Amino acid sequence: MMTSRRNQELALLVLVLGISRLGFFLVDEATKNTAAISRALAVGVAILVFGGHGVIRWLAPAADPLIYPIAVQLNLLGLMMIHRLDVADLLRETSSSPSTPEAASQTVWLMLGIFLACATLWLVRDHRQLQRYTFTAMIFGFALLLLPLLPGLGATVNGARLWIRFAGLSFQPAEVAKIALPVFFASYLAKNRASMTAIKSRFLGIGVPRAKDTGPIVLAWLLSLLVLISQRDLGTSLLFFGLFVGLLYVATGQRTWLVLGAVLFASGAYLGYRLFGHVQLRVMVWLDPFSYSHDQGYQIVQALYGFASGGLFGRGLGQGFSWLVPYAKSDFILSAFGEELGYVGLIALALLFGVLVQRALKIALTTRDDFGQLLAAGLALVLGLQMFVVFGGVTRLIPLTGLTTPFLAAGGSALVANWIMVGLLLRISHTTTLLNAPSQTTTAQTTSSSSTGDAR
Amino acid sequence: MSHQIRRLSFILAVALVALLANLAVTQVLQSDSLRLRQDNTRLLLEEYGRERGAIVVDGVAIAKSVKTSGTLAYERRYPGGEAFAPATGFYSLVYGATGIERLYSPILSGRDDRLIVDRLQQLIAGKQPKGGVVTLTLRADMQRAAYDALAGRAGSVVAMDAATGEILTLVSSPSYDPGAISQNNPAKVREAYTALLDSPLEPMMNRPLTQSLPPGSTFKLVVAAAALESGRFTADSVLPGPAAIALPNSTKKLHNWQLGPCSKSGKVTLRRALEVSCNTAFAWLGMQLGADALEKQAQAFGFNDSFAVPLVAAASVFPASLDEAQTAMSSIGQFDVRATALQMAMVTAAITNSGNLMAPHLVKNVMSADLAVIESTSPSFVRSAMSVSNAEVLLDMMRSVVTNGTASSGKIDGITVGAKTGTAESGTAALPHAWFVATGQFQGRNIVVAVVVENGGGAQEVSGNRIAGPIAAAVLKTAFKQGN
Repeated sequence: MMTSRRNQELALLVLVLGISRLGFFLVDEATKNTAAISRALAVGVAILVFGGHGVIRWLAPAADPLIYPIAVQLNLLGLMMIHRLDVADLLRETSSSPSTPEAASQTVWLMLGIFLACATLWLVRDHRQLQRYTFTAMIFGFALLLLPLLPGLGATVNGARLWIRFAGLSFQPAEVAKIALPVFFASYLAKNRASMTAIKSRFLGIGVPRAKDTGPIVLAWLLSLLVLISQRDLGTSLLFFGLFVGLLYVATGQRTWLVLGAVLFASGAYLGYRLFGHVQLRVMVWLDPFSYSHDQGYQIVQALYGFASGGLFGRGLGQGFSWLVPYAKSDFILSAFGEELGYVGLIALALLFGVLVQRALKIALTTRDDFGQLLAAGLALVLGLQMFVVFGGVTRLIPLTGLTTPFLAAGGSALVANWIMVGLLLRISHTTTLLNAPSQTTTAQTTSSSSTGDAR
Repeated sequence: MSHQIRRLSFILAVALVALLANLAVTQVLQSDSLRLRQDNTRLLLEEYGRERGAIVVDGVAIAKSVKTSGTLAYERRYPGGEAFAPATGFYSLVYGATGIERLYSPILSGRDDRLIVDRLQQLIAGKQPKGGVVTLTLRADMQRAAYDALAGRAGSVVAMDAATGEILTLVSSPSYDPGAISQNNPAKVREAYTALLDSPLEPMMNRPLTQSLPPGSTFKLVVAAAALESGRFTADSVLPGPAAIALPNSTKKLHNWQLGPCSKSGKVTLRRALEVSCNTAFAWLGMQLGADALEKQAQAFGFNDSFAVPLVAAASVFPASLDEAQTAMSSIGQFDVRATALQMAMVTAAITNSGNLMAPHLVKNVMSADLAVIESTSPSFVRSAMSVSNAEVLLDMMRSVVTNGTASSGKIDGITVGAKTGTAESGTAALPHAWFVATGQFQGRNIVVAVVVENGGGAQEVSGNRIAGPIAAAVLKTAFKQGN
């Protein structure tokens, strides 16, 4: 069974690499790009991807066969689009100061990402080990979130104080907090869910939780507000609050938490709207972007034009004006996809994300331990919420916030964090499959890694 | 917890559907309206990102797109320059397009449905898409000769092939450089455009097609045609040609430009009346024929009708419900009679072409980027303006105007030329307009020319001959140059 799972993964990887290679080829054909970077990337990436597959075969042979290929596919499609936009930059440049291709640095981050996913598999032999670090994860996560506020370390980019600069490198610590906090929430809730489920009184037909149980959710809410206020980062604040409320619901099964969460979110959002000009502006631009099409709404309007220009089937890779949208390589990479691959292309991307999230939730469903369930569900929520907030933001379903598109967008911190999540999901999946397998003596022998693999 | 996880999974799936449904509205349903929004630069970039096809005259591009290093991939250039501006028009980022650039934009930009096979081929071959080519009927040498001969004076020259209706020359003077308005720098475009608008001579006006002026004595060709067509007069009919005739119901008199009778006897034949451009004889003739007959003849030549060549030409005017005095004045091309240079060229062309009026046209053919002809204009017969025999008589009379009459400047060695002069009072203190229409026959080809120089000369009938005549002669000479 494990071998067939890995063979499925291998077959999918071959397909994924083929699709990506075709994408690069089409971009280079359409843009008459002759630079050798595509071929160099193709070879390097193929070695890397199969290397990662080898490590999974070795360390997590029973893991879900779809997660790794989907992550690779999304990442390579993102790389392809970044390459396409690099070429556009190059074409529009007047010979002087050729910019370094961002596709190259993204490839380096991809390498680091896959390496760290493998390292995660190697270090975390059983996801239940992580439960030991409940409060370490909490402190680590909160510290990462608040790190950019430290004077001398934090840096403000585009109005949001999300970055730290250290030794010439910039890094978004909140991205790593996206792993640390699910670990904390999952292990905290796994320990306390029994007591939190107990309801003492009912009010207007809904259960009212005990005051002492409401402490954590209020704390999480306050932390989110703090992030919103201090770092002017709507997206991250929304993500963490949504993650916490979602996991609270999963852990306790009480809709009360969802209602309370919604109320707190609404009040927080209203507070933010009343207190901060930039939040108001975001909302105004969201409601009527065309009135701001030359200033604050320029980006979203250009993105909408990009989507419209792409139409149902897109203009073809390398053939649109996707570079017109500011930050097309990072925050607005979806508009580049929409313009060049059309609605059909975006449906494909959305489905890839959808399947990835559903696989993570499937792992959560099949895992037997509470912590594993909550962690997998938390990771699924982080991916799903990010995707929804970004996708909804650039397509004007909801106001624009500053979150990165998982796997697709240029940006090292997010990519590395997402790959570590992939590593964790693979680990939970592997452990779960082995534990659930009735008696897989033969397969258990082929794995040299699992300490829990003794099915006898 | 399985129940909650399933519920969570459902919520996320609903969110995904909401995303895609919302996106469908933007990307599919509102796609066209978003695409056409004013501040959407993509349309422009798209147009300027493709190589727009050339406008060609005699196998040489007079308008073409060249690659630039700027944001817009191509820039429109006009090697034909000012001389060809009335035909090409301009293609501007700021002010849109005019002329052939506007009318044939779907072809030139490659958007035309007939180019779909071409587009597919380009797509499959991986070539940059390229627009189609429009070839004009103009002859570059005649166009330049006419433009140079006008030498910056306000006026128009139209030359046509009488047998086909092909417009060989379409000159407006003074003209403008379409390149200045079609460059990719909007600030410079605005500057150039404003300067042109401020110029009192209206260089962007398409005079040969839109400037209607009193045609003066050239209109006597229409009156003579009406007389012959009436059957009551021949070339040899004798008409009164006194120094002046009284205008009915008016104290005014209509004088000859010679300030005397048209002959010693005071009587002239119709032929002689045309030769010396006898005002009194034609005024009398017009009153004899009546306003209705004149109107009918004028309309047979194209008056009171606007047409597209495909650039839209203003309708020349022969006024309705004239009294006798007005009919007399109209018979010598004054009062409210107005004609464009194109109209007078059409009158001359119909006379030359056995009375058959051919539709004037400027576009020879339309080709795809790889020069496969996808549309070509064939000569189109409009109507018979006069009988074959009468046309022959009138053409012969025009020839004697050159040999024995006022149009001596139309003489060209080796070419049979017929012509008619005109000096039209412009109704103000300004100098009159000098007209000259000519028809030349050489080796079976019939080419007609109409020239008007606005406020071009003295009050004498001779000014048409002296000022406009040499321009017409230069154009005809070029038209029949050996080797053409």
